[in-house]
This record gives sequence, structure tokens and C-alpha cells, in this order.
Amino acid sequence: MANFLAFAESRGGKLRKVAFEAVTAARQAADASGQSEVHALVIGPPGISAQAGALGKHGADVVVAVEHPKLERYNPEVFVATMAERLKGSSYRGGFFAASAQGRDLAPRVAARLGVSLASDVTGFELQGDAAVVRHPAYTGKVNVTLRLAGSPALISLRPGFVTPAEQPRAGRVEMLQPAMDPAAARVTVTELAQRSTTKLDLGEAPVIVSGGRGLRAAENFKLVEDLAAALGNAAVGATRAVTDDGWRPPTDQIGQTGRLVSPDLYIAVGISGAIQHLAGMRTAKTIVAINKDKDAPIFKVADYGIVGDLFEIVPRLTEEIRRIRGSQ
Amino acid sequence: MVASLRSHRRSRYFAAMKIAVCIKRVPDMELRFSIASDRKTLDSSGLKYEMGDFDGYALEVGLQLTEKQGPGEVVIYSLGPDGVQETLRKGLAMGAARAVQLKAEEVPFDGLAIAQALATALRDGGYDLILFGRMATDTAHGSVGPMTAELLGLPCVTAISHLEIANQRGTARRDLEGASETVEFPLPAVLTIDEGIARPRLASLKGIMAAKKKPLEVKPAQLGKVSLTVEAMELPPERPPGRIIGEGAEAVPELLRLLQSEAKVL
Ligand SMILES: Cc1cc2nc3c(=O)[nH]c(=O)nc-3n(C[C@H](O)[C@H](O)[C@H](O)COP(=O)(O)OP(=O)(O)OC[C@H]3O[C@@H](n4cnc5c(N)ncnc54)[C@H](O)[C@@H]3O)c2cc1C
Ligand SMILES: Nc1ncnc2c1ncn2[C@@H]1O[C@H](COP(=O)(O)O)[C@@H](O)[C@H]1O
Repeated sequence: MANFLAFAESRGGKLRKVAFEAVTAARQAADASGQSEVHALVIGPPGISAQAGALGKHGADVVVAVEHPKLERYNPEVFVATMAERLKGSSYRGGFFAASAQGRDLAPRVAARLGVSLASDVTGFELQGDAAVVRHPAYTGKVNVTLRLAGSPALISLRPGFVTPAEQPRAGRVEMLQPAMDPAAARVTVTELAQRSTTKLDLGEAPVIVSGGRGLRAAENFKLVEDLAAALGNAAVGATRAVTDDGWRPPTDQIGQTGRLVSPDLYIAVGISGAIQHLAGMRTAKTIVAINKDKDAPIFKVADYGIVGDLFEIVPRLTEEIRRIRGSQ
Repeated sequence: MVASLRSHRRSRYFAAMKIAVCIKRVPDMELRFSIASDRKTLDSSGLKYEMGDFDGYALEVGLQLTEKQGPGEVVIYSLGPDGVQETLRKGLAMGAARAVQLKAEEVPFDGLAIAQALATALRDGGYDLILFGRMATDTAHGSVGPMTAELLGLPCVTAISHLEIANQRGTARRDLEGASETVEFPLPAVLTIDEGIARPRLASLKGIMAAKKKPLEVKPAQLGKVSLTVEAMELPPERPPGRIIGEGAEAVPELLRLLQSEAKVL
């Protein structure tokens, strides 16, 4: 019975949430196809194999651990070689990655190295005999595409947040593996990893996003947005391209067609007109709130709840009310 | 010149840089799409096409590098039907020296099949850099660039938002979730370009005139085997029409009530 391999992404020696998403997806695939095992591949500095317990808890029968002092940071060439060699050598039926920044770098290269296709940024999948049938949002989220991926191993990268990590304890037996190439021989090297903030929620993971547009008029007025996010507690701050272009917010906060694609439970758009390129990044949010002084702004076409008026009056009031609710809970 | 893009001459001598940029022709995303009766393709009536967003950034990076670096050449490639020639002309008008159409009547959804054709065409080009968009705005794979790099055996850095080139080496920054990486690599290399590094210039009238005379070569695309195929396309469910619940700060209590008891997100 052919097994499934999940790439367990880590950063700074710690597993990321997407690692559990990949293992959970592999577990689903293995269970659906009978007696297959799930193997999780984790690569990192000495000690990374200690993560095996957590991977086993999420359904990994085997944890393949690759440890090397020079693998503290991502090393694309070593990771690609090691993942590809493992997939080839053990004739896996499928391989799962996260469509995270790292997974999007790694997965296509592993696929090309093995000469198989890749289904990227997948929001749903099903194995059908020799093929895999996957769902993938394309055309800036305006079209949902169903794709058939033929051949083995079926390589799939999963859109972060679409698989809910589930605990299904398995042995998580550790198998140590040597990197498939000497890290010192890699041509491409990650010389620095700068963590922006360890406390702030990432836009991709936050259940609530408060996003600001040019209506805020100046960088310092983003304090209103920050305060609202802080009052909500579980919120991250996003922005439009107009705002990141002007340097009011870092480019990484940009939501939209050429920025991040997000699907939070609640998206609060403050002083944002709702240009189609912005909507492309947030249209799939569960609930959208818009605050804009122009009742004809396109954002109101997608907002479940819109308030027309001056954000400089509305937002502080909203923050105050939320603090009150949060305080009394 | 965007501050995040810098290059230095390798020495007192001009070092001519040869750069290839891969450009995809994609539908204009501002238009309303409908699905054709085969349920597998977009209804092509009323579609307009343009250069992929990130491919425009990639071309701009290539142009700026050759401008800074002294004599150099940017060659643009697009795989697709004859319609891509219009997109290539636009790239020539922006400043690329010549263009290559890899002719294929249909562009498969399979990134590897495309990468194989591009790799075949680029292999003996002698390029110092091969640039791609971070992803094509239609397929939204983000895989053709790194796949092509792998097929060519070249170093590759994806989704970069900052670049410096000096002495046949490059330093790039790529943004991750909540962090960023600084990456060093030797040339020749493959890079995929993210938002933020350089906004594409508008073609000048002079550029548009000059583009008409620049060489545009047509070659058959040697696509790889296609094993990722479209089974169906659907438009996502429409959002319910928007609703304005009130005006000014007085509407805040009503908003909170709705968020708590109707949407249940607070
Ligand atoms: C190729 C391409 C890619 C792009 N990618 C992206 C992308 O990824 N993300 C993105 O966001 N944009 C993107 N854009 C830009 C996009 O087209 C818009 O220009 C941008 O989203 C507008 O940002 P905005 O809503 O902040 O500004 P504006 O459009 O200027 O809107 C500001 C809004 O604030 C309101 N306002 C002003 N004052 C107040 C007040 N006191 N109280 C309440 N409301 C007020 C106004 O009524 C207005 O609706 C892209 C564009 C192109 C061409
Ligand atoms: N048909 C094509 N012709 C030329 N370049 C392409 C083509 N398809 C993809 N590319 C390049 O590969 C990048 C990534 O595409 P994708 O992997 O489909 O998201 C694009 O931004 C282009 O730079």
C-alpha cells in the first residue's frame, strides 16, 4: 500500500501551523485509500526530531527527521533534494505541502525534479483511482477551477487555513535521514531571517482583519485602526495598495490581487473604496463591514454591514463599544 | 528608479547583462467573467487581455537592471497563440530589445508542461538572469518560474521584493508570513518578482513606434506532457448584495448587535 508524505514546515526550530494542516491532509488521504501510512518530513537544526510527538499526534505514523547544524534556516536546494529523493525512493502515492511562502518555493521545484505536475494552492482534494481531483481558486479568486492531476506521486500544495488540523494520534516513530546534499554545497543561501513581530497575528491566520485605506489620510491615523484591532484582540491590520505605496504601512500588509489573499471571519474595511484589485484579496471573508463616507463607494456592494459616514467619528466609537463588550465578557 | 532595486557595475568595464523575462498574456481581471458552455473554459466573448501584473513588475526589473548596468539586453518570451504577440509588442514598447513567441494554440493549465517549453527555449540563451512573475494572475500557481529553474539546473529565488546585483552575485529579500529572508545567490539565476520592487513604466509614444520594428521571432512551443487538466470551472457563489445599516457613529450599536446576533462573529 503506497504511503503519503507530508512536508512539515518549521521556522526557528518550531513547527508552523501549516505543518499540521499538511499532516492532517495526508492522514485524510491515507485513510481514504486504505491501509496507507502517513510520513511527515521535517528538516532543521539538531533537535528538530523532538517535534515528532506533535506530528504523531496529528496522524503521522513515521516522522522522517533531517537534522544538520547548517539547516537552521531554509535552504532551498537541500530541502528540494531531500524531499525529492525521499518521494522517489519510497514510491509515495502523494506528497502534501503548504502553499505558504516556503511551500510555494519548495513544491514546484520538487515536482520539476521528479518530472510530475503540481496542483498548487488547493482548497479541496479527493483521490480518484490513479488521479487526484482538486479545487483551486484562480483568476484572482473570480473562478473556482476543478483540476484533475494524473500520475504518482500526486503533489499538492494546500492553501493555508483550509484544512483544520485534527488530532488523530499515531506512533510518530522517528526515522533519522541524512540531507540529500551537503548544505555547504548549496549555491543559494538564506543569510538572514528577520522575524517582524512574534506577538502580532499574521494576516493569513487572524480570524479578524481591520484594514485601512487612503481615507485615513495619514500614516499616524492608522492608530485608529490599530486601536480597533487591539480592542478586538484577535485581529491583524491590513491595508490597501494606495496606503502601502505611500509608505504608511509596510508592503507586506497589502491585501488584494497583488498582495495577500485573506479569508477571515470578519473583515472591517475602513476608508477603503473597494477597487476590484482590493476586493480580489478579501472577497471570501465570511462577514465584511465597511465604513466609508461615500455611500456610492464600491465596497458597499460587498459589505454585509455598511456604515456611511466619517471614519474619524465612527471608528473611535466602535473601538470604545468593543472595549466595553470585551470588558464585560 | 525604485530604491529597493540596485545594481553596481562589476568593474570599470561595462558588463553587459543579458536578461530574459517570461510574460504571460492573461485576461483583464476587471471584466466580468462567464463560463463557456463546455463548463471548462471562460467564455471568450468580451474578454480583453493584458500582461500579467507580476510579469509587468518582472519586465520593469529587467529593464532597470540593464539600464543601470550599461549595455545589456532584455529578451521577452511568451508562450501562447498569436494573440500573445500584442502583449509582446507592449513589452517591446516598454523597452525590451526583442521578443520570442513560443507558439501554442492552447496554453495548458499544467505549469510543468509550460516550464518544459520555456526551459527548452531558454536553455542556450546565455542569460545572466531569467525573470518571472511571482505568479500568473490567471492560473495563480506561482510554479512555472521555480519549475523552469529546476529544469535548467539554475539557482532560484522566488517572490522577491528587493534585489541587488553586483559582481555576478545577487542579494534578494523575500517576504514570508510575519518575517522576511535575505537570500544570496550567484548568477546566472532565475528570480520570480513580487509586488513592491518596481512598478511597470508606461510605454512612451516613441517606444510604441520603435516596438513595431523590433524583432519578434515565432517558434513552436515544445510543451511537456500535460497531466494537470481542467475538469470544470465555476464562478464562486455571489456574495449577498451589500447592505448599508446606517449613518455615522449612531449606527455603531446596531452594527455591534448585528455582528453579535446575526453574523455571530463577535
Ligand atoms: C495591477 C494592479 C494591482 C493592484 N493591486 C492591488 C492590491 O493588491 N491591493 C489593493 O488594495 N489595491 C491594488 N491596486 C490598486 C487599486 O486599484 C486601488 O487604487 C486601491 O485599492 C485604492 O485604495 P484605497 O481604497 O485605500 O484608496 P481610494 O480608492 O482613494 O479610497 C479611499 C476611500 O476612503 C473614503 N474616505 C475618505 N475620507 C474618509 C473619511 N473621513 N471617512 C470615511 N471614508 C473616507 C473615500 O470615500 C474613498 O472611498 C492595484 C492596482 C493595479 C493597477
Ligand atoms: N504561457 C506563458 N508564457 C510566458 N511566461 C509564462 C507563461 N505561463 C507562465 N509564465 C511565467 O511564469 C510565471 C508564473 O506562472 P504560474 O506558475 O502559472 O503562476 C508567470 O508570472 C510568468 O512569468
